[in-house]
Amino acid sequence: MTPTAIVVLVLALTVVWGGLALAILNLRRAPVDPDDDEPETDQPLAGDGSGPAGRR
Amino acid sequence: MARVKASTEREQWSGQTGFIIAAIGSAVGLGNIWRFPGVAYENGGGAFLVPYVIALLVIGIPVLLLDYSLGHRFRGSAPTVFRRVTRRAESLGWFQVGISIVIILYYTVIIAWSLSFVWFSVRQTWGDDAATFFTGDFLRVADEPGIGLDVVPGVLWPLIGVWVVVLVVLALGVQKGLERSNIIFLPMLVVLFAALVVRALFLDGAAEGLDALFTPDWSALLHPGVWVAAVAQIFFSLSIAFGIMITYSSYLKRRSNLTSSGLVVAFSNSSFEILAGIGVFATLGFMAHQQGIEVSELEGLTGPTLSFSTFPQIISAMPGGGFFGVLFFLSLTVAGLTSLLSLLQVVSAAFQEKFGWDAKQAALRVGAVAAVVSTVLFSTTTALYVLDAFDKWANEVGVITSAVVMTILVAWRLRMLPQLRWHLNQVSSTRVGPWWQYVVGVLVPLVLGYMLVSGVWTLIAEGYEGYPLWFRLVFGWGAVAFMVVFAVIMTRIRWVKNPDDFVPWPPLPTGGLTKSGDRS
Repeated sequence: MTPTAIVVLVLALTVVWGGLALAILNLRRAPVDPDDDEPETDQPLAGDGSGPAGRR
Repeated sequence: MARVKASTEREQWSGQTGFIIAAIGSAVGLGNIWRFPGVAYENGGGAFLVPYVIALLVIGIPVLLLDYSLGHRFRGSAPTVFRRVTRRAESLGWFQVGISIVIILYYTVIIAWSLSFVWFSVRQTWGDDAATFFTGDFLRVADEPGIGLDVVPGVLWPLIGVWVVVLVVLALGVQKGLERSNIIFLPMLVVLFAALVVRALFLDGAAEGLDALFTPDWSALLHPGVWVAAVAQIFFSLSIAFGIMITYSSYLKRRSNLTSSGLVVAFSNSSFEILAGIGVFATLGFMAHQQGIEVSELEGLTGPTLSFSTFPQIISAMPGGGFFGVLFFLSLTVAGLTSLLSLLQVVSAAFQEKFGWDAKQAALRVGAVAAVVSTVLFSTTTALYVLDAFDKWANEVGVITSAVVMTILVAWRLRMLPQLRWHLNQVSSTRVGPWWQYVVGVLVPLVLGYMLVSGVWTLIAEGYEGYPLWFRLVFGWGAVAFMVVFAVIMTRIRWVKNPDDFVPWPPLPTGGLTKSGDRS
């Protein structure tokens, strides 16, 4: 392989695989809290059904 | 207001890891293996990685997070989510389901071909002329594009087999079906493909192949087409803007780290693409070496031609080629299966929520209809032409239209980006800055809008692949018309259970949000 191709290959691996490694580390550093204060179901509150939720 | 228990609890992933694995399984598909390497090579080689990484960061990840925030905040399939956003947007959700249906119809048959080629690899059934074997002996492709009624048994039976498997997985539901299958298939794919890459790297000529892929042609960066190709590769590869990630994120628990998960999924997808580039071009280097030519003189470097014509030729010329062929075609089959399952879940979830069905009923009713249509259309001698047209129009017109409409609707019509950014930041450890709103609201619609207009103009002015006008109207524009009509009809049908009785969680702060998504 030419030196240029080797440099680009190493750069590509560093950026993309390095990005993946950092993303995994970042995820592991922030464990998800237990769902203790959230609604039990996906229909949490008795709405009046009069309008879409996103506009409230 | 009183908290009420829903009659049936919505399915969920067992945890964040299950979701991430399934989302990676969805993103890593056929395009990673047969599209990325050739596209990178044809658009500047190593230099292509510059626009590719930029497109990943400024288009891919922001739109992925938009999908996640919509699905996670409004907890449903695409039609449910958009209905909850605003009633008039329900049809956009059904349009996305329509796109998934069209893609499912042809995606299944490619997996069936891959499965057949696993077996063919063992015996190298294609003989000395793999190209003629693929289009002639195997597919029996008709001379002209048209509507064929001649069934090809060699395609029919594997296709039925694939449908049976995926419908069983679909009927098992999110945790027992989707999650478990992905937990098996994704590591299997990584192991198979890693073994293939290692083998490829030790072939004669592998270094020349890698040279061809990674040597940069910096002048290519001056061509707008190269940047468009990078955006298209990222966009089509990440399974964004047509319901998959909306549906998948809706099965996450309320407390889920959305942004960090998104980064893992996006970088995993690109990592696999780089790995595929190395494996494919090391192998192509071997082929060029065997023939005593340059890699640049090779033909058939992308798509079905790469997989089903070029690779079999290489397998025949390679010591231990049968084993290599099994690795390659099994990888293709598994990568396709995990993506197909995610597409099917988009459709299944939408019908479950609209008609109050469970997973089994949706698999039996909707899946069976799709299986019959897919089998009728794609087990015949004209399948390759129809597949080509469906693929072109579904992606370049359907998916991009969906993305442009979705971003304009959310950013400009409803001005919801501050709420969605706030939602992402409430549940995630990695905060999203105000830049995200400008990227999703301005840059993405502009770039994708340009791609849509230029793509549609080219299809109208120049046609596609020399296909006759009637064929383009029926199977190209007809596929898009199906998505629109399907969306209109499905929106008019009444919901069995009112989806509007819903309050997003977490509730917005009492003082409201500023335009940048911070508390006022």
